[in-house]
Amino acid sequence: MSINIPVSGASQSNEMYSLRVNGQVHEVKDAWIGESLLYVLRERLGLPGAKGACEQGECGSCTVIVDKQAVCSCLVMAADAVETEILTVEGLGPDGALTDVQSAFLSEGGVQCGFCTPGFIVAVHHLLENNPNPSDDEIRESLSGNICRCTGYGRILEAVRTVADQRRNPS
Amino acid sequence: MPVFIPRNVDELVDVFQNHPSAKLLAGGTDFMVEVNLHGRKPDTMISLRKVKELTEWSVRTSQTRITIGAGVPFAEMEFGEIARLVPALAQAARTVGSPQIRAAGTLGGNLGTCSPAGDSLPVLAALNATIHVIGPEGSRDIDFVDFMVGVKKNCLQTSEFVHSVSMPIVDGWQGYAKVGTRNAMVISTASACLVRDSDEGFVSIALGSVGPTIIRAHNAEAWLMKTTSLRAGAQLEASVAQEFGRRVSLESRPIDDHRSTADYRRHAIGVLAQRLLTRSFS
Repeated sequence: MSINIPVSGASQSNEMYSLRVNGQVHEVKDAWIGESLLYVLRERLGLPGAKGACEQGECGSCTVIVDKQAVCSCLVMAADAVETEILTVEGLGPDGALTDVQSAFLSEGGVQCGFCTPGFIVAVHHLLENNPNPSDDEIRESLSGNICRCTGYGRILEAVRTVADQRRNPS
Repeated sequence: MPVFIPRNVDELVDVFQNHPSAKLLAGGTDFMVEVNLHGRKPDTMISLRKVKELTEWSVRTSQTRITIGAGVPFAEMEFGEIARLVPALAQAARTVGSPQIRAAGTLGGNLGTCSPAGDSLPVLAALNATIHVIGPEGSRDIDFVDFMVGVKKNCLQTSEFVHSVSMPIVDGWQGYAKVGTRNAMVISTASACLVRDSDEGFVSIALGSVGPTIIRAHNAEAWLMKTTSLRAGAQLEASVAQEFGRRVSLESRPIDDHRSTADYRRHAIGVLAQRLLTRSFS
C-alpha cells in the first residue's frame, strides 16, 4: 500500500510530517500542502540560512542539499521531502563554526551584500565534495545556478580555488 | 489533502487509479513555480520520488535501443553511458536550467509538462522515441509525435503516467543546439536536434519553441536526402546547408510572445538547422 502523509489545509490541524534536517528530526505541524522546503525551513523550523528571492529556481540563493544533491529548496515540496537527508548552510560547520569555504569567502572578498552567500557556500561545498580538483570551467559550471549581483564572481571563484588548494595541501 | 508516496509501480498504478484527479510530482521544477508564483493550489499529490523503477535505465543486449526511466534526472544524462549512447540527449540535458534544476528535473517531467520549450523533447522527436505509459488498463507505447498534442498538452488518459522512454542508438552524428538570451539558466527561444544515420543515409531534424508542438521538418529532410548523400565519408556543400536552413525555417510555425518574436525565431531556427547539418559533416 501507499504511504499516506496527510498534510493539513488551513482549516485542518493536528496533522504533521517530519523532516530530517542537519541530522535532526523536526516535526512540521499545521502546514499547507503547497509549502516549499524553503518556506518550511525558514518560517517553521527557524533555519533562515537558505534565502528566498526568485522562488522559481533561477537564483540559487535557496540552495540546500537533499540526499546528496544540491537543489533549489524553493522548488522542493516540503511534504515530499520526508525520508530524505536535508543539509542546510547551518549544518555545514560543527557547532556554528565557520567552514573552510566560509572562511575563504571572507578572506578572498567573495562576500559583499551577503544575500547570495549561503546558496553559494552550499553549492561550493557540494562541488568540492564531488570534485576536489575542479577546473575553472567546472567551477563556473557548477555555480551557474547561483546569481550574485555584487561581486562579479571573480572573488568567489578565487575563494573556491583557495579552498581546493588548501584541501590539497593542508598546512 | 494527502501526499501519496508509492514505493513501486504497482502501488503507483493503484493510488493513481483511486485518485484520478491527483497531480503527479516528479522533480517539482515546473510544478512548484506554478505554486510559488502563479497561485496554483495543490490538492492531492502523488510523489514519484520513491518509485525506484522509474529512475532506472537500460540498454537492450543487441545495443540497438536504450530505455530511460521517467524519473531519471537530467544530471544523469549529461555524462557517462547515456551521454555516450545518446549524445544529443546529453547536450539537451546540459542546457536545462542550472545544476540545481538538472539534479531535480526529470525526463518524465519534461513529457508531463509538454512545453514546446522542453529541452529534451526535440531529441525525442528526432529519434522517433517511444513513450511507454502505464495506466489502469495496462501499458501502451506511444510514438513521441502522437504523444505531444499541443502547447503543454499530451495524450495521457486518466490515471496514466509515463513509465519510460525508449529510443534507438544511432550509428552516426547527432547534435542539439539552442538559442536563448544567455548561456546558462535559460529557457529556449528556439532549439533543434539533428540526427544523421550515416549507415542508412537518413537525416531527421526536430524543432523546439517554434510551434505549438515539437515540429519535425519532414519536407526539408526529404529535400536534403534527395539532394545530397548523408552516408559516412560524404561531403556537404555550403549552399546545400544554407538551403536546408531556409527550408527548415519555412516549416516552423513560431509566435510572438514574452520570450521572443516570430520573425527572430524563424531566422534563428534556420541558422540552428544549417549549423547542425554543417557540424554533422565536420
